[in-house]
Amino acid sequence: MRVPAEWYLVVALMLFVIGATGLLIRRNILVMFMCVELMLNAVNLTFVTFSRTLNDISGQAAVFFVLVVAAAEVVVGLGIIVAIFRRRAEATADDVHILKG
Amino acid sequence: MNAAYVAAAAPLLGSILLLAGHRRLREPLAGWIVVALGFVSFGASVYLWVAEVGRAAGHKTVDLGIFRWLPVNHLQVSFGLQVDPLSVFFCLFVTGVSSLIFLYSIGYMHGDPSFPRFFFYLSLFLFSMVTLVLADNFLFMFLGWEGVGFCSYGLIGFWFERNRAAVAAKKAFVTNRVGDFGFMIALYLMYEHFGSFNFSRVLGPLMHGATLGAGFATALGLMLLLGACGKSAQFPLYMWLPDAMEGPTPISALIHAATMVTAGVYLLARSAPILHFSGTTQWVVACVGIATAFVASTIACTETDIKRILAYSTLAEIGFMFLAEGSGDFTSALFLTVTHAFFKALLFLSAGAVIHALADEQDIWHMGGLRKYLPLTFGAFFIGYLALSAVPPLSGWWSHEAVLEAAYHKNVGLWIVGVLVDGLTAYYMSREVMLVFFGGARWKENRPSPAQEAAGAAEGHGHGEPHDAPWTMSVPLVVLAIGAVVGGIIDLPFGGLDFLTKFLAPVFPTSVVPAFPLANATKLWIGVAGTCVNLIGLILGILAWREGVPRPVLEPSFFRHGWYIDEGVADAVAGPLALAADAVAYDVDRGLVDRFVNDVAGVTAGTGRQLRRIQTGYVRTYALGIGAGALAILIYAVARLGG
Repeated sequence: MRVPAEWYLVVALMLFVIGATGLLIRRNILVMFMCVELMLNAVNLTFVTFSRTLNDISGQAAVFFVLVVAAAEVVVGLGIIVAIFRRRAEATADDVHILKG
Repeated sequence: MNAAYVAAAAPLLGSILLLAGHRRLREPLAGWIVVALGFVSFGASVYLWVAEVGRAAGHKTVDLGIFRWLPVNHLQVSFGLQVDPLSVFFCLFVTGVSSLIFLYSIGYMHGDPSFPRFFFYLSLFLFSMVTLVLADNFLFMFLGWEGVGFCSYGLIGFWFERNRAAVAAKKAFVTNRVGDFGFMIALYLMYEHFGSFNFSRVLGPLMHGATLGAGFATALGLMLLLGACGKSAQFPLYMWLPDAMEGPTPISALIHAATMVTAGVYLLARSAPILHFSGTTQWVVACVGIATAFVASTIACTETDIKRILAYSTLAEIGFMFLAEGSGDFTSALFLTVTHAFFKALLFLSAGAVIHALADEQDIWHMGGLRKYLPLTFGAFFIGYLALSAVPPLSGWWSHEAVLEAAYHKNVGLWIVGVLVDGLTAYYMSREVMLVFFGGARWKENRPSPAQEAAGAAEGHGHGEPHDAPWTMSVPLVVLAIGAVVGGIIDLPFGGLDFLTKFLAPVFPTSVVPAFPLANATKLWIGVAGTCVNLIGLILGILAWREGVPRPVLEPSFFRHGWYIDEGVADAVAGPLALAADAVAYDVDRGLVDRFVNDVAGVTAGTGRQLRRIQTGYVRTYALGIGAGALAILIYAVARLGG
């Protein structure tokens, strides 16, 4: 059977909301980071969905860009997180607020 | 290849060589290069002169283009040389006197650590001066004009480690700028009216029947006069010249007596067709000249510096040239220019020999009795003295009489003051000669101790007694002395021997410089009267100062302070100007400009203090901000597209 496009979109929406909520309410940096990934992939899912629906390959091309950016972001982000954990055994995002104006 | 190119290029080559090789070219080679190229330039000028004499009437002016300099729309300015009797005449005596003074400088500047720099400036000066007189348009001429001004600045301040020299150089430069301002205004007026700077387009038509409105001619003429006053040190822009004596003596002789200061005379002579259309300007020129001559002569009567006396007499002589030009007799002005170049260069160079012999002593009250020690120098100075005092039949007498005749024709009042100035000149020159060469040897009183003298002799300076200068310094003295004695023969006023008048006639046609016939009886009468006054001044001077005793009665402080003009100008400029500067500094700058800057900084800082509160440092706050922003954009987009 063919799954309607709306279902994919609903799944993507759920993923995005979970990611966004997690980002806002969780304190653990690693979890927040994973939430960002979740949001990115929710967007990827909508791209692919619309690409199929509209029969347009450029949606899928955009996904590759997002994947590349996400990979780069993981490298930088994980680097920062490792650096933070080296300085203190346990850290929440709120502990890192030296950029306070 | 025209000789005019050689005349201009030789000194330029000299300055380039010295500039390029100033590390390798040392004393005395650097000097000899410049001297040789100076004589090349002089030789080219002689060739030009011979060619000019040989040219048929009506073809006396030759225009040589080099290249187009400023092709701007319909304004075409070229680098071009114009060979005509006037420019050849100036070129001839400028290069001739310059070469002699270059030669003298080799001896005078011996041992100076900056020897090559001195000769670089000299060569560049000669190039600029030749450019000035050979240029075929006013703008190119202005380039030479500025060039000589720059070299003058560099040479007055040649010993810039002396504060007085550095200050004098600045004073000369700034004063000259005032004059240059006038010249530039004249250039704008010229462009506005004629659409060109070329002599052939501006002056040519005026010489052949075209006319000029009196108002415009006056404006143009007065601006040219302002320029001439700056360069030729005429009232009110004369203050820089006496101070310029801080430079080395050959410079005083070359630039500040013989050549550069006559640039103003050249400018006015060149502009004769313009002056012709403005009687007002002619009067102003004559009055400026005679006023400068009178003021300078009175000051010279009380001056005590051997060179500054000569500087004031230079002012007076150039004042005479202006007087002649204002009186409509350009030929006698130029006649005086050339004889003055001879005897004034002679006076300065022999004064330099005196200064040299006395180890840089310049106060005439510290001299005296030098004729026994410096016989050659004394002879040279004495000839220059007689020529400057217009004693017949020396060159100065012929030229002074020619100028005074023109002044008499213009106005008897001008003539009376002129004769008085001549008498004063004879008087103060007698005073100088008496105090320097006659009387007791006052210089012995403040000589260095024998021990110091021995040390000096070991270095080759100050060998006990003062003595005459080396041959490089005495040869120019002899040549100039001959010129000062017989220079009058170039323009004798009788028997068809007026060579200079005939030579210059094509430049000053009667259409723009009307002839003024004076009856022979009148000429004789004014000549005898003027000569008598001269001799009276001469004798009075000798009698008063023969013994070398100070006579304060004859040296009123009013004259000694230069009529308080210098101080007056300084106070007038410094007083209100200092007040204005204070007002600008404390009220405008601190109260307005600084306050504005500080207020801008305050507002920025305050805004920053408020804005920093939203920077919490918590990632979640930022995330919320991003989310809220994204939501807002989404809602807006939906509202726009969906609605």
